[in-house]
Formats: sequence, C-alpha cells, structure tokens
Amino acid sequence: MATKVFMEALSPTMEEGRLVKWLKNEGDAVKSGEALAEVETDKAIMELVARGDGVLRKRLIAEGDTAPVGTLAGVIATADENIDALVAGAGKTAPAAGAPAPEKVVANQQETAGASSIPRRAEESQGEASTPPQQKVADAPPAAPAAGAAPTSSGSAPAAAGDVRSSPLARRLASERGLDLHSVQGSGPNGRIIKRDIEAAAAAGAATPRAAASAAPSAPAIPREGDFHDEPLTQIRKTIAKRLGESIGPIPTFYLTAEFDLTRVMEMRKAMTELGDQFKVSVNDVLLKATAVALSQHPEVNAHWLGDKIRYHNRVHLGMAVATDEGLIVPVIWDADRKRMSDISREAKELAKRARERKLKPEEFTGSTFSVSNLGMFGIDQFTAIINPPEAGILAIGTSEEKLVVVNGEPVVRSRVRVTMSCDHRIIDGAVGAKFLQTLRRLIENPLMLVY
Amino acid sequence: MPVITYRDALGAAIREEMQRDDRVFLMGEEVAVYQGAYKVSKGFLQEFGEMRVVDTPITELGFAGVGVGAAMVGLRPVIEFMTWNFALLALDQVVNAAAKMLYMSGGQYKMPIVFRGPNGAALQLSAQHSQAWESWLAHIPGLKVIAPGTPYDAKGLLKSAIRDDNPVCVLEGEMLYNTKGEVPDEEYLIPLGKAELKREGEHCSIITHGKMVLVAMQAADQLAKEGITIDVVDLRTIRPMDVEAIAASVKKTNRAVVLEEGWEICGVGAQVVDYIQRDCFDYLDSPVIRVHQADTPMPYAKGLEKAAKPDLPKAIAAVRKVMYLD
Repeated sequence: MATKVFMEALSPTMEEGRLVKWLKNEGDAVKSGEALAEVETDKAIMELVARGDGVLRKRLIAEGDTAPVGTLAGVIATADENIDALVAGAGKTAPAAGAPAPEKVVANQQETAGASSIPRRAEESQGEASTPPQQKVADAPPAAPAAGAAPTSSGSAPAAAGDVRSSPLARRLASERGLDLHSVQGSGPNGRIIKRDIEAAAAAGAATPRAAASAAPSAPAIPREGDFHDEPLTQIRKTIAKRLGESIGPIPTFYLTAEFDLTRVMEMRKAMTELGDQFKVSVNDVLLKATAVALSQHPEVNAHWLGDKIRYHNRVHLGMAVATDEGLIVPVIWDADRKRMSDISREAKELAKRARERKLKPEEFTGSTFSVSNLGMFGIDQFTAIINPPEAGILAIGTSEEKLVVVNGEPVVRSRVRVTMSCDHRIIDGAVGAKFLQTLRRLIENPLMLVY
Repeated sequence: MPVITYRDALGAAIREEMQRDDRVFLMGEEVAVYQGAYKVSKGFLQEFGEMRVVDTPITELGFAGVGVGAAMVGLRPVIEFMTWNFALLALDQVVNAAAKMLYMSGGQYKMPIVFRGPNGAALQLSAQHSQAWESWLAHIPGLKVIAPGTPYDAKGLLKSAIRDDNPVCVLEGEMLYNTKGEVPDEEYLIPLGKAELKREGEHCSIITHGKMVLVAMQAADQLAKEGITIDVVDLRTIRPMDVEAIAASVKKTNRAVVLEEGWEICGVGAQVVDYIQRDCFDYLDSPVIRVHQADTPMPYAKGLEKAAKPDLPKAIAAVRKVMYLD
C-alpha cells in the first residue's frame, strides 16, 4: 500500500517549509524512519523522514521550493504499484487547521483516509531515544476529534491563541472549560472554531486541558510533575501585576545593575588552563554556571508567569541568547545547575554552533526557565535585555575589563564585569532580584563555591 | 379576548385618550369628514365634533406647525400624516421645533405631541411612497420613536405616546392596518422604551420592529419545524431603545439577525449591531447579519419590488447563516 509523504510541521511554529535537498532519488528504496529530504523550517534545517517502507516513486516538491505544512511532497509505494491517483492529488494539502473551507476538509479527510500514513508532528519522527521527556509529555494529549487530521503546528505548539480563528464565544467557553483552542478542530468558515466545536471537543474529552501542556500563551513544554510547583496568585501579587502592568505593560520590567569583581574567576581560569587545554573554560561558561547555581538557590526567580498563577521551577533550564545571521535564538542548557562546568562549556559551544547552522531541534530551543544574554564580546559595558516570556527575568552580561577600583582605600586594577537583570515585577520584587544578584556576586567573586 | 384590527386598535387608543382628556385632539388630512384615509378615525367627527377632529389642507409643514404651537400652549395634539413619506415636508417642525422646544426653552415648554402615520412600503407604491423613515427620526435627540407590530402593541403604545410630554413619532403600516390580534376591553398601557420577547427560543435571536415582527414570527414558526428555536425580540420602541432586552437575548442565543424594513446604510439595525458588539462581544458565536431593503429606490415593478424587500426567505437564510447551517 502506498504511503504519502507530507510536508510536516517540524517545529512547533512551522507553517511552511522549504525543501532544501532531496536525500533520496525517485526509484530509491526507503525504509520507515529513513531521511528523505532536508527541510528548512522557520527555525532550523530538519530531516523529513519516511513513514513507510517501499520505493520513493515520486518527488512532488522541487528542491528549493517552499510548501505549506500538509502539502503532498512525495509518494512511497511498491515498485509496480499504480500511484497515478495519488500523484494526481498533488498540490492539495492535507486537512490543516485554518486552511480550507469545511466542505473541502471533509473531502480531503476522505482522501487521506485510505493512506497508510498520516503525517504526524516532528517529535514523533525523531524516535524515542532522542525525544526528551518534556516533549513527550507535551504531546501526550490525543489528537483533535477529526482523527489524525492535523499535520500542522497546532497540537502542542506553544503559541498564543491569536493564531487560531475562533468566535469570541468559543474563546470564552474554551477558557472556562480549560480547553486549549489549538487542540480543537474548527468547523466554521476558514476553520473558525465555534461553539459547537468546543462542545464536541469537550464531549469527546479530546482537547488538551491547558494546564497539562501549553499552559498559557507561549508557555514552553514543561517536564513532568514534581519538576515545578504552581502557586495561585496572592492578592498582593495580583495588585502588583495589575498596577505595574498599567504603567509599563504588558510585562512591567525593572532593571538591576551590579558590577562584579572577576579577579578570582580570572585566577581560576588561568590555573585551569595551566592544567591543560581540556580544563579550559571561558568567563561566559563560569557566568552561566554561576547563574544556574544561583537560580537553584532562588526558585523565586526561576519562574514563569502563567497569567493566573506563577510556576516555580525546581529544575534550572538556562536559555542562552545566540545571535545568528537570521536573528536571535535562545537554545537551552537543560539542568544547567547540576552540570559540571566542563559540560556547560562543551554544551554551550555546541548549541551556539548548531544555532548558527540552524540545526537546532525544537526541544533544544524551548523550555528555558531563565535566560542569559551576553554582549561582552562586542565591548558593550552594560545593557538591558528583553525578557523572554513567560520567564521572570533575563540576565544581560556586559564586557569584562580591567578597571581602576578602590579596595581598602587603595586604587588597584581589577577585572570587572557589569550585569543587568531585567525582572518581571509581577513575579519578582526589587529586593528579591537584588538578593539573587547578591548570591550571584558571592558565587562569581568566590568561584570555588561553584565546584562545591 | 376580543380580536380586532390594528386599525381599530389605533382608533380605540385615540378615542379613549380623547374621552379621558379633552386637551387631546386629532388633526390631519381627511381625518374628519372622510373618516380617515385609512379609517382610523371612523366615527370621530360625530363623537367629538369639528373642534377636536380637524381636517387640514394638504399642507404638512403648516399643520405640523399648528400642532407644535398647540402643544406649547397646553393641548395634546395627535397629528396624522397620510404617510410618513408626506411628512418629509413637515420635518422642519418635527426636528427643529418639536424635538428642540423643551431644550431650547430651558424646560419652559413641554411638547406633548404625537406624529403618526403609515411607514414603509405597501405594494407597488413605487420609490417615493415606499420608504421607511425610522432611522431618520430615531437619529434626533428629543424625539421618541415607536413602531408597533401588533394591534395589542399599537393600542398600548399609542396611549402611552399621547400621555407622554415629549414628541413621539408613531410608525404604523399600511399593510398592518388590516392585521388582527387580541386586544382586551380593559384599559392598558405599554411603556415606551420597552422591547418584548415575542417568542422564546435558544438558537438565534431575531431583533426587529414594526411590520417585520410578523416576518420574524413566521420565520420562527418555519425554523421550529427543523428544530431551530428563535428568540424574537420586538423592539417596539426604536428610541429610546431597550438595550438590556437585546443583550439578554443575544447572551442567551449567541447569534443574532437584525431584521428591518429600511435601507442598510446607517439603519436602525446598524445601531442594534453596535449595541450587540459592545455588550455581547464575548457571547457571539458568529458575526451578526442584517436583513433589510436593497440599497436602491423601491422599484415599481412587482418582481423587482419583491426582490428589494426584506422577506421571509431572506430572514430564514440569514438565521441559517449565523448558525453555520449553510
């Protein structure tokens, strides 16, 4: 039986992909799971894999062409199977939320019903071993009622409800029932989700309870139970959120700047480098590690704003802003507080390299609990970074340089670095942020504590 | 309960008010000797005499102005226009005198006057005599505007209009005069500014007034056969409009069709839709659809006139559309 190859949603936000290169020729034998082509998503270059065994009989998207998610990209079949009907259907897309008119959806569903493969989201294609637990949890909820009909970014995508068409009533009902609109199939014009769709989804129990997965606008996939605890907003936190949001909104941010002495970090680096190249770490590596350790001691800063509650994370997943030719991306070092400095050093280098090559997998740039941005290499003395929502803060690191400072009444030359923490005031108060920076100062100015 | 015509309900309202209060009088073209162009004032001349049932020349601006003057000195005139199309000539008195007098006199002059007559299209009266004026009149601060759709409402609302100390425009319908309905013998009043839920349903609201109430009720009957139940909200008063009644219904049904006789642009329905989007935004499952006359002078040709008018098939199609059934 023939297997259709679809342009799949290979990143949580992907809506179309550019077929960079076919890795198989027409006539090549392919096995399920084998890479067929390289596809450039909005974030990275990913592999499109075969969903069935057979021969790649037809390639329907030319190299270099861009096609919407759900487009028929090729056909896998036995060597002698008649695939004319399938090929004739090329140019049509698989039923994707928000695309065709209702009648058309029905027609397309019937058309795909006979195919042995229905396109799934990227995460499933990457195999069990390489799929980190947080992705699996996020994907666990079953598909929308129209079974298997959504080869789109809809499912667990951490995107705002704004990209789903829905009636105001449907939005309100979904919110009251704790349904994620992304998991509901719309039956109105242009895929608009209307009241009856919400009722159907609720009746089928098919839609994702929001708290379980994409808990709030742009909340990343979150690991299993126990990795965090949620606290309902206290009245004072609600008032702070409301009042300060009116002042500078929607994230009422304030900034704390501190200058740390790097003398001991420099001594440590020097000593480690003398031990051999394998022990070499950068100042940035030390700052990453110190930030992660400080976060583990200050869960009140390692938090997400979820609108009606604050999620305090027990694990520290540190996002690090990386500039690429295409723009900023924030890969994540998972459990950074528990990793050795050498691991952080290696991982940071690797993630930065793959970010620049646009080879990051979705799980490598989602799920951070706090972020760091470093412009020191550009000679920036200090700057303010923009918070990556829903995180509570971001640390902006300036350049480290020698300065004349006064120590015990004497002018001396010291290596110094300025950091500025942007804080979401709805979560963090001034003193809380300051205490975090106090801890960070203690760690950076006494880096031996990092190996404790 | 006695069943009487819309025409007789109006006549009964005026008669009762004239019997009750001798300051009330009727004036207009053919109201006395001819017994009313549409026989609303049948028997009035004989009962009340020519001082209180006054035939006028064909001078709309003139007799509307006499009415305004009479109201200023304490009488309570009921001015009959043979149709609201002719009342265009009197609009200066209605809009600039009657509607403004209380305000511009600093509250010294009340304006207890009623302007009434048939409104909207009948059959093949062509472009100049088939117009619905409610959005013009309702636009004016200082006027009240009512549009009864049934004999019961016609009587109760007209009696309230005559007792009101402000100018009230009453939009009747040539095609309504012969319609019948239950009207009690006992006296009753219907307050101005109150809509009525003429039919209760759960799937869609039709908000309408005047002649179109009948169309809405027919639509509700027909859709009920398919299991679709309709809230028919009869505004009854266009100004002041019963915003709460509209909101209560739309919040319940989540879908609305606004049905009116007049044209689309700046029509009464546009105002209703504005109230709905303000008060019911989070309750709407579909955009509100309006059913109205085609944006053209009313054609004389029978087939074209039918095509231009809002009617039962158009109302049903609109309901099906807001319910995503087509």
